[in-house]
Amino acid sequence: MTMIDQAAATKVSRRGFLGGAAGLTFALSLPGFLVAEGGAALAQGAAGPKPIGAWVSIAPDGAIVLAIPTAEMGQGSLTALPMIVAEELDADWSRVSTIYPPVVPGIYGNPMFGGQMVTYGSGAIRGYWDKIRLQAAAARRVLMQAAADKWAVPLADIHTEPSAVVHAASNRRLSYGEIAGFATVPATMPTIDKSELKKTADYRIIGKATPRFDIPDKTTGAAKYGIDAQVPNMVYATLLHAPVDRATPDHVDDSAALAVPGVLKVIPLDHAIAVVAETVEAAFAGLGALKVTWSSMPADAYGSVAGQKEFLARAANLGDKGASFLATGDVDGIFAKAAKTMTAQYTTDYVYHAGMEPMNATAAIDPAGNGAEIWLGTQGPGPNVLAAAKMLKTTPNKIKHHQFYLGGGYGRRSPPDLMFEVLPLAKAMQRPVKMIWTRDQDVKTAKMRPMTGHQIEAALDANGKVVGWRHRVVAESIIVYGAGEKVMQFTKGLDNIVLEGSKHEYGIPNQSIAYLRENRGVGLSSWRGIGAGYNKFVIESFIDEIATAQKVDPVQFRLGLLQNEPRAQAVIKAVADKAGWGKPVADGHALGFAYAKVVETYVAAIGEISVDEKTGIIRAHKFWVALDPGIVINPDSVLAQTEGNVIFGLSQTLKERVSIVDGKVQQNNYYDYPVLRMAEMPEIDIQIIATDNPPKGMGEATLPLISPVVGNALYKLTGKRMRALPMSPARVKAGLTIT
Amino acid sequence: MVAISFTINGKAVDVDAAPDTPLLWVVREHLKLTGTKYGCGAGMCGACTVHLDGQPIRSCQTPLSTIADKQVTTIEGLSEHGDHPLQKAWVDLQVPQCGYCQSGQLMQAAALLASNKNPSRDEIVQHMDGNICRCGTYPRIIRAIQSAAKQGA
Repeated sequence: MTMIDQAAATKVSRRGFLGGAAGLTFALSLPGFLVAEGGAALAQGAAGPKPIGAWVSIAPDGAIVLAIPTAEMGQGSLTALPMIVAEELDADWSRVSTIYPPVVPGIYGNPMFGGQMVTYGSGAIRGYWDKIRLQAAAARRVLMQAAADKWAVPLADIHTEPSAVVHAASNRRLSYGEIAGFATVPATMPTIDKSELKKTADYRIIGKATPRFDIPDKTTGAAKYGIDAQVPNMVYATLLHAPVDRATPDHVDDSAALAVPGVLKVIPLDHAIAVVAETVEAAFAGLGALKVTWSSMPADAYGSVAGQKEFLARAANLGDKGASFLATGDVDGIFAKAAKTMTAQYTTDYVYHAGMEPMNATAAIDPAGNGAEIWLGTQGPGPNVLAAAKMLKTTPNKIKHHQFYLGGGYGRRSPPDLMFEVLPLAKAMQRPVKMIWTRDQDVKTAKMRPMTGHQIEAALDANGKVVGWRHRVVAESIIVYGAGEKVMQFTKGLDNIVLEGSKHEYGIPNQSIAYLRENRGVGLSSWRGIGAGYNKFVIESFIDEIATAQKVDPVQFRLGLLQNEPRAQAVIKAVADKAGWGKPVADGHALGFAYAKVVETYVAAIGEISVDEKTGIIRAHKFWVALDPGIVINPDSVLAQTEGNVIFGLSQTLKERVSIVDGKVQQNNYYDYPVLRMAEMPEIDIQIIATDNPPKGMGEATLPLISPVVGNALYKLTGKRMRALPMSPARVKAGLTIT
Repeated sequence: MVAISFTINGKAVDVDAAPDTPLLWVVREHLKLTGTKYGCGAGMCGACTVHLDGQPIRSCQTPLSTIADKQVTTIEGLSEHGDHPLQKAWVDLQVPQCGYCQSGQLMQAAALLASNKNPSRDEIVQHMDGNICRCGTYPRIIRAIQSAAKQGA
């Protein structure tokens, strides 16, 4: 079959890379890699990581193929990671292409996530940064040693230029391709010390705006996403999910569905009913004809409007301690003797990912039922393969994964939930199955960012200095949703995804952050920005409240608190300067400001807004962002990600909300879950401040600042403080926190 | 079922499918031209935009029965070598992120430039506002359309 997966993005077939005899007489693709492909050998204990050399392959004609294990969902790591490898390898960039390697976490896992083969948490570059540089440097060393041996000169006397080893004293050079023609790869790759890696000042690839590998095919329709998988003899499936998360089917009347021409079978799954048909259109028609009753669930009684009030009541009840995420100094003591205290309550609604590609998966099971091929655009190839192996009671090497582009990830495509649906279908049908959720089902089965309730308090001394801080976060747990209650034993009742971003750099001596966990029985997962998406809204809005209560300029106030944070100071000053902070703005407009360190990147943002007080519609006119992610790999990708962050962030600030009634998601499609459209987009001005620090996250760094920027601007404009997300027209109009 | 004949990207085809089958699925799964995307199935997002006799339509809302003997153009047929001025501008300005909506964006934009060689920013926004991009590539889409218009698309 002719499947084109992510590998095709850079025009190199997997066969060409791994075929050995088929074109490559030499490859620095080393045992780990070949073992992985061999499958049988993997089972014999290649579990021990043999990552060295598994990343680089060089052909005698000089073509360089890099194995790049990250998912490409628009964030650009399919290009940024090769830039890093090519830099350290000293490769001629014009000869570099990539393939997607086999799913072997022991080799290709991200050290930031326990070696799992996953792409999330803005962790591709910061997680792989050291690992792939060391691998690339080792490969370069092998090439140098081979040349040194051939010339019988000391290693110390030679150097590299793009894709060539040079002995300057004798004016001799060998291209990497030429070396690949004769060199043998040592059984043990050389060990490189971090101190031997290239210095920032010597970079010639990193830091240069580099066209992304994936873009040309994304303009011609040639780029393949999971939903585009075509497997011979496949059938189509679509699902009616339980309307209340994890309910099970009680009674299924499938007679009308089965009467739809082309429908082959109706198959009950654990938490859904599948309609399988010869065509998509028949499957979708069959879905509409199903009549199903579902088991009752505790969540049947849950409504998010009432729940939100309960969350906030719980946040206010200081006797309910919850789990401690941060405890410094003497918080109770400092509040007791404070000259002044301030308290506010904030809340944010559930939000849905709304990626443009509805969830889908394709699978085929071998006739004996102990192996499978899967075709997915996923953030988590590793977890998906493990889940599939577990389901089929087999080993991971029996699962062949084809990685595709993702039509939006944003966290939703991390968990392996689709395996539990598509594999039973493929088994039952004994044919390959392409499963596509309808958009309506994608919404109804949303795995949301949790709803949150917050109580936040500050203690001020007689000079107005903030000396105490108390933040209480009430929300369901994403990790419990994914891994069950037992996970709490290992986390001391905490959830790092939910609590992400609740810490800050403001240097307050006495602080407590507590997590009060709820369990309401709705579907949850990571959502772009994770906890920072709401925690920074709360913190940056409340800091603004403190500043304005003291009649101190909010920018100056933060600069005062961040005296020991030079990188924070730099981005704040840069954005204030760029936006003309403190200067007059157009009539009926106002500026708002926020600062935060998110995914280890320093970001400051200012937005200019106006509001129609009759309709409550907020209009965002312009955003300025300054950010310092450390070393910038591909500057244009940083700009693109930041533009996207402003727009995505504005969308969730102004529009996005899932409401739950009787345990059921009420929204259906883009008509009642609107996202930001072109006409609502602000002008965006971005300043990148690159510094000589390790590169940090970009995919979700700016998003969490957008809500507080808008809220702070709205306060300046109207004197009304919005303490709820989204700032929907109804809420703005009412000037209320909750409506 | 009766086969319905139409022209797609310059080639005559007969498709044997239920007459109410959305053109989207005919294109994607019957004809295997997967550049046209399924986003919402409700005409709300524009990911499925193709040209029908030169006009941009939402293929998810267009039954097969209504396209007999008509000309359909999908992203695969926008240009022979991926070199329509808009496609070139899309690459030059590095427009796509995840890229899933971009076939629809390009087909929508191509229809604009076909009828208005030099659209204003407001005209671009008005014409493109029905096409969602979740990643937020709107600023680059506008710049790319302006750039292609300048090149005389």
